[in-house]
Amino acid sequence: MSAHRYLIRGAAPLGGDPTDLLLADGVIAATGAEAAAQAGDAQVVDAAGLVVLPGLVDLHTHLREPGREDAETVLSGTRAAAVGGFTCVHAMANTQPVADTAGVVEQVWRLGRDAGWVDVRPVGAVTVGLAGERLAELGAMADSAARVRVFSDDGVCVSDPVLMRRALEYVKAFDGVVAQHAQEPRLTEGAVMNEGVVSAELGLTGWPAVAEESIVARDVLLAEHVGSRVHICHLSTAGSVDIVRWAKSRGIQVTAEVTPHHLVLTDEIVRGYDPQFKVNPPLRTAEDVAAVRAGLADGTIDIVATDHAPHPVEDKDCEFDAAAFGMTGLETALSVVISSMVLADDVDFGWADVARTMSAAPAAIGRVADQGRPLAVGEPAHVTLVDPDARWTVVPRELRTASDNTPFAGRELPGRVVATFYGGRATVLDGVPQERTA
Amino acid sequence: MRHLLSAHDLSREEAVLILDTAAAMAATQQREMKKLPPLRGKTVVNLFFEDSTRTRISFEAAAKRLSADVINFSAKGSSVSKGESLKDTAQTLQAMGADAVVIRHAASGAPHRLATSGWIDAPVINAGDGKHQHPTQALLDAYTMRRHLRGEDAIGSDLAGFRVLVVGDVLHSRVARSNVDLLHTLGAHVTLVAPPTLLPVGVGTWPCEVSYDLDAAVAARPDAIMMLRVQRERMSSAGGGFFPSPQEYSRKYGLDGARLRALGPDALVMHPGPMNRGLEISAEAADSAQAVILEQVTNGVAVRMAVLYLLLAGADDRAGVSTPELVKDSV
Amino acid sequence: MTSGTPARPRPEPGGERVVLDAGDIARATTRIAHEIIERNLGSSDVVLLGIPTRGAFLARRLGERVLRADERDVPLDTLVGTLDITLHRDDLRRRPVRAIEPTTVPAGGIDDKVVVLVDDVLYSGRTVRAALDAVSDLGRPRRVQLAVLVDRGHRELPIRADFVGKNLPTSASEHVSVRLSELDDVDEVAIGKGGDR
Ligand SMILES: [Zn+2]
Repeated sequence: MSAHRYLIRGAAPLGGDPTDLLLADGVIAATGAEAAAQAGDAQVVDAAGLVVLPGLVDLHTHLREPGREDAETVLSGTRAAAVGGFTCVHAMANTQPVADTAGVVEQVWRLGRDAGWVDVRPVGAVTVGLAGERLAELGAMADSAARVRVFSDDGVCVSDPVLMRRALEYVKAFDGVVAQHAQEPRLTEGAVMNEGVVSAELGLTGWPAVAEESIVARDVLLAEHVGSRVHICHLSTAGSVDIVRWAKSRGIQVTAEVTPHHLVLTDEIVRGYDPQFKVNPPLRTAEDVAAVRAGLADGTIDIVATDHAPHPVEDKDCEFDAAAFGMTGLETALSVVISSMVLADDVDFGWADVARTMSAAPAAIGRVADQGRPLAVGEPAHVTLVDPDARWTVVPRELRTASDNTPFAGRELPGRVVATFYGGRATVLDGVPQERTA
Repeated sequence: MRHLLSAHDLSREEAVLILDTAAAMAATQQREMKKLPPLRGKTVVNLFFEDSTRTRISFEAAAKRLSADVINFSAKGSSVSKGESLKDTAQTLQAMGADAVVIRHAASGAPHRLATSGWIDAPVINAGDGKHQHPTQALLDAYTMRRHLRGEDAIGSDLAGFRVLVVGDVLHSRVARSNVDLLHTLGAHVTLVAPPTLLPVGVGTWPCEVSYDLDAAVAARPDAIMMLRVQRERMSSAGGGFFPSPQEYSRKYGLDGARLRALGPDALVMHPGPMNRGLEISAEAADSAQAVILEQVTNGVAVRMAVLYLLLAGADDRAGVSTPELVKDSV
Repeated sequence: MTSGTPARPRPEPGGERVVLDAGDIARATTRIAHEIIERNLGSSDVVLLGIPTRGAFLARRLGERVLRADERDVPLDTLVGTLDITLHRDDLRRRPVRAIEPTTVPAGGIDDKVVVLVDDVLYSGRTVRAALDAVSDLGRPRRVQLAVLVDRGHRELPIRADFVGKNLPTSASEHVSVRLSELDDVDEVAIGKGGDR
């Protein structure tokens, strides 16, 4: 598969005892003393002091192509993903045209394969044109070259309960999952920020927590009723955490994700009316942040997903009401998780949990067989090296994503991705993306 | 302070200074010669993204009586209805040499964006933004109350000890938000009266009391009652279905003759206008001797003169800095 | 917003010299009162407008003396008012914004009257220029005259005083402090080092 051979020396797997890893022929060929013994002419990567993780997997990425190449392309987005330590991303379906046919998902899949930075797994739309009226050809997308297993109308909610029930049932035929953007539409008409004390003062239309929780509650009950699995996108409220916890205790096949920004930012930051903090679902209260962090730590929330949502400058350089929803996240996700979870005193969350929530579990939910695997001999060489002690300041222009709408501009964050290996090839070395040589 | 974006930003001292200055301005408006020179050579732009002839004319009169040049820029209905061009509009005004921008916008926070985004150097005065703030309205309301309730001793005083009812659609009202902030700063005790559907979630943290019962609030004999405008379309399902019918709203939350009498003759009756006679306020109340609704309009000019004067006179260090940038930007 | 409280001149240690004491100020005020009556053949057509802050107190002192000397038994308010010139200043843009002081005019107005502007110090003449503008907004007096406690020279405009308490040659690097008991607990005029406005 690849002529690339790398001997990674002295890296700590999941923060444990340092060891060596030999990456050759696209797999982890050897570990420990064996690695150096078999290394031969392998390029040596000094990884003393670095943590080695399985390559990160994002279940929720907006790559914007086709249609909004001014915001991001598959190429620019996947390069940014590699820099952020990812080896697989799930490309959301709300492109133009919508990824609701085998043709569009195969186009995205091919663009990803040609770019070569990460494994691009297209997400298929649940309904035609995300219109919420009739099911898209889910089976055709599942059977296509893109092998779609995750279906989502993300950006809008599948709010019709009958349609949601049908989708949940239908995807069982090919072991798919419906990823719900939980937002009751009537309760959130014109909503631009969390409804509460801050929205009342700012005079911005509120997006109440109940609009998310009511859909989460409905969908876990539907999933139980029809025996399907359901995935909750970007869970953001304390109430949603409680509902998912209850559902799991009943054995309902529900999984849930939280975004990095919902782990740290609250609606207080919207007081400056800066549209960089406009996101859907909105930034919530400090109590919600505490609840989702606790939920991530105790396993109620299965994964961290970026909801990387690039937008061109003009879509943010305007009034708050007029601005687009969304934030970039691929290159800051790991650092935000390190700062808000790994380094935090109030939750128990180690490097193994990072690997679980940012690699193994998202790969499992997306049914991506060769991602999120253990760091063991014979496994695919999707590997990320992290310097846990490095600190860096987020400068939007320096990020590899094509858009500048990070909410962390100017912040100093801990942890830096030093190298990413995708299928044994170094996509990132010394923090710099490595173009493929022909 | 560089801008006037929110009544919330004003300290008691600043608010009293504005009210005192407004009193001085009002005195000059009794003279035959109403025009004063302090803003000679300054250009004030009225940037209105939303129709409001009343507010625009009030600002225009205020600026002109201080000898400023006034440019009216009505963005409503033109191509400037989408958000992204707020930036272009602002930069155009900057290039034209605007010394102050008075902005009215349907989006909450638009004046804040204008003032903090770096698109323009000039002081920004919020003439009403969405459901957020309308600080000069609150100032003219406070001025009107102070004049009547303090009488001869108005100058230098605040509104400590007075009790004010604000009645109606608080949820959608920038007037209510501005008044709660400013009246609280000036020491008055505010009670919001509204059906629960027309109060924002989170109102519990505001520095005021909340009541659903207008009759009980009126029985407590407040010093002033301010009726907010209610839009009839709010009762339709498409408009949010906030109350069942205009008749029911009027019965429960309108200021009718009986409630007017229950208030007693000394309570001021106020309304920011334009009124829906027969909905939130009866003709009897609107035309009563204790109504100061027209005087609010008159006082609006003096208050806006005061704000323009305090923000713009003596602001030339800023102009000295901005001129070279202006040249650079226009290249 | 910055409020323009008039800065009270601070005595500098050792750097000040009193040039008029309370007795000098009282005598000067009395003399000017008599001159006003003499020049205008009485005081019945005269209106004294003091320029805040200290000019307003001087105008009241002058007014009391004029009424006494002219043997009139009428309220002081029929003769004396105050004239705020803040809105007419030509140096607005160089200074922090000032609070506006009240303007009060005797009930009879100023049309066809002799208006005597009263200020503490005459220096560049710019304050008087602003006062003349402010007066013209109030009406059309028959004549305008100027009374000052101290004329320290250095005029920048073609303006002179009709009534002067004391001519005080100064250098531009000095400052003149007028203190009146209504505000400053003492009546005196002093010269110190360091230029002022
Ligand atoms: Zn979403």
